[in-house]
Amino acid sequence: MEVFIQQVVSGLATGGIYAALALALVMIYQATDVVNFAQGEMAMFATYICWSMLNAGVPYWGAFLGTLVLAFLGGIVVERVVIRPVENAPILSIVIVTLGLLVIFNSVAGWIWTYVQKPFPSPFPSKPLKAGNVFFSAHDIGEIVVTLLVLLCIWLFFKFTPLGLAMRAAAHNPVSSRLVGIRVGWMLALGWGLAAVFGAVAGMMIAPVLTLEPNLMGGVQIYAFAGATLGGFTSPGGAVLGGFIVGVVENLVGTYVSFIGTELKFTVALAMIIVVLLVKPTGLFGISVVKRV
Amino acid sequence: MMSRGTRLVVVLLALAVACALPFTLSNFRLFQFTQVYIYAIAILGLNMLTGYNGQFSLGHGAFYAIGAYISAIMMDRWNVHYGWTIPVAGVLCLVVGFLFGLPALRLEGLYLALATFSLALAVPQILKYFEHWTGGSQGLVLSKPSAPFGLPLNPDQWLYFVTLAVLVVLFWLGANLLRGRVGRAIVAIRDNHIAAEAMGVNSALYKSLTFGVSAAYTGVAGALSASAIAYVAPDSFNVFLSITLLIGSVIGGLASISGAIFGAFFIQFVPNWAQDISKAAPWAIFGVFLIVFMYVMPFGIAGAIRLLWIRARRSRVAQVPESRETAPTQAPTSS
Repeated sequence: MEVFIQQVVSGLATGGIYAALALALVMIYQATDVVNFAQGEMAMFATYICWSMLNAGVPYWGAFLGTLVLAFLGGIVVERVVIRPVENAPILSIVIVTLGLLVIFNSVAGWIWTYVQKPFPSPFPSKPLKAGNVFFSAHDIGEIVVTLLVLLCIWLFFKFTPLGLAMRAAAHNPVSSRLVGIRVGWMLALGWGLAAVFGAVAGMMIAPVLTLEPNLMGGVQIYAFAGATLGGFTSPGGAVLGGFIVGVVENLVGTYVSFIGTELKFTVALAMIIVVLLVKPTGLFGISVVKRV
Repeated sequence: MMSRGTRLVVVLLALAVACALPFTLSNFRLFQFTQVYIYAIAILGLNMLTGYNGQFSLGHGAFYAIGAYISAIMMDRWNVHYGWTIPVAGVLCLVVGFLFGLPALRLEGLYLALATFSLALAVPQILKYFEHWTGGSQGLVLSKPSAPFGLPLNPDQWLYFVTLAVLVVLFWLGANLLRGRVGRAIVAIRDNHIAAEAMGVNSALYKSLTFGVSAAYTGVAGALSASAIAYVAPDSFNVFLSITLLIGSVIGGLASISGAIFGAFFIQFVPNWAQDISKAAPWAIFGVFLIVFMYVMPFGIAGAIRLLWIRARRSRVAQVPESRETAPTQAPTSS
C-alpha cells in the first residue's frame, strides 16, 4: 500500500510536468490549430538558460523568474518571426516549420552547452517528507505545488482579466474579435509567449530528476502529447487532467507490470495515443468540431 | 513540363553518369552515393504518402528500421542470401504499413502527425526490448556481400550497382503508379477526398494501400542499408532519422518523383560539409533550410527546377510569336 501511495504521488509530480507542457500545446492548438512540435525543445532551451544564470551565481528563484520572462519574450519572438509568415499556409507547412524549430533548438543547445549531461539543482530540500509511514520526496511535492500554482495563476488570468478575455475571444472567433478592436495577431503571439512559460516551468521542474541534456524533453513531450490527446486538444482543463492521469498511469504501469518496466515507456505513451485516437479521437473532454465542406 | 523525349534523354544521361561513377570514385565516396540511392528510395516512399496522398508521416524511420531489421535478422539468424531479404522486407513492410494505415484512416492531419511522431520516438525502445532477435543495443554485425559470378568488382562497387538497379526498378514502378489511374486517384483524395469519393474512388482502400506501398519502399531502402552498412543498431533508427527523411522530402519537393533524388543528395552531403563547422551544425543547418524552404520554395528543388524550365520555355516562345498558343501556362503538379 505504501508503495502504491508513493508511486501515485510521484506519478502526480511527473504528471504535473506533462500537464504543464500539455497545456502549452493545447493553448497554441486552440489559438492557431497548430501542434507545436518544438514546444519541448523550447522548454529545454529555457532550462539551459536558467542553468547558465545559476552558474553565473544568480540565486535560484531569481534565475527561475528571469527564465520565465525570457521564455515569454522568446515565445513571442518565435511566433512573430517564424510562425507568422506561414500562418495561412497548409497545416503540413506549419508542422514542418515547427519541426525545423525543433531541430534548431536541439542542435543549438548542443552547440552552446555540449551534449554532456549536467546536474540541475532542485530548489526543494533533499530530505524526504514523512506522512504516517510513507515517505515522499520533497522535490515531488514541490513540483506538484509549483505546477498547481502556475495553473491557478493562468486560470485566474484567463477568467478575470480583460487581456485574458481578449485572448480567449481571439482564439474562439478571430473575425468578430477583430471587429471589436482586439489585435488578434498580438493575442496569438501572447499565447505563444505564455505557452513558452509553461514549458519553461516544466523544464526547470523535471531537469533535477532527469539531469539536463539537449534531449531532455523528448520523452516528456511524447507524454504531454498523450496527456493532451487523452484530455482532448480542444479542452485546456481536460489536457491538464490528462497530463496528470498519464503521469500516474506511467508510474503505476512501470511499477506493477513487470514486462514493461522502464524500457518500454515510450511505447506505453504511443499505445495510449493510438488507443485514445481510435476510441475517442476528441479525447475525454474535447468537443468534436463540425466543419462545413 | 518537359516533354517525354527530353525527360528520357535526361534520365538516360543521369544513368550513364551513375554507371561510370564506380570506376572513378574512391570506395568511401562510392559508399556515400550508395547511401544517397538508399535515401532516395525511402524518400520516394514518403513522397507518395505525404506529397501525393496528403497523409502526414513523421515516423517513416520506423518502416526503414523494420526493413533493416527484417533483412539483418534473416541474414544473421537463418543465413538467408541478402538478395532474398530485400523483397521479403518490402512485402512485410507493405503488410505492416497497410495495417498501420487502417487506424490512420481515422486520424486526420495533425493527429496522424502526432501518432507517427510517437511511433518514431518509440522505435529504438521496441527494438532494444526484443533483445533475443535484435541483439539489443549492441545491434547485429553483418558481413558485406561480395560480387557473384567472379565479376571484377569489389564489394562496395557491387553494392552500388545492386542499389542502383533496385532504385531504377522502384522509380520506374513508382512513376508508372503515380502517373496512371491509381496516381490520379491518390492525388484526388489529397485535394478533395469528398469529391474523389463522389467520383467513385474508394478512399479508405487507396489511403491504406498508399500507406502500405509507401512503407514497402521505405522498408526496401532499410533492407538495402543493412547490407550497405553491414551493421544495424537501434539508436541509428531514432526520431531524427524520420525527421531526416522528411527533410529530404521537403527539400527535394514533396509531390515529385525526381525530388526524392535531390532530397537524398541534400541529406547525404550537406551534413558532411556542415560537420566541419561543429558537431551540432548539420542539424541547425537542416532546421534553417527546412524553414526557409517552406517560406520561399514550398515545392522544393524539383519545383524550382520545373519553374525555371517553364520560364525558359516561355521566354523562348515569346521570341517566336506564332507559336504562342502552345506555350504552357500553368505549373503542373507532378514532374
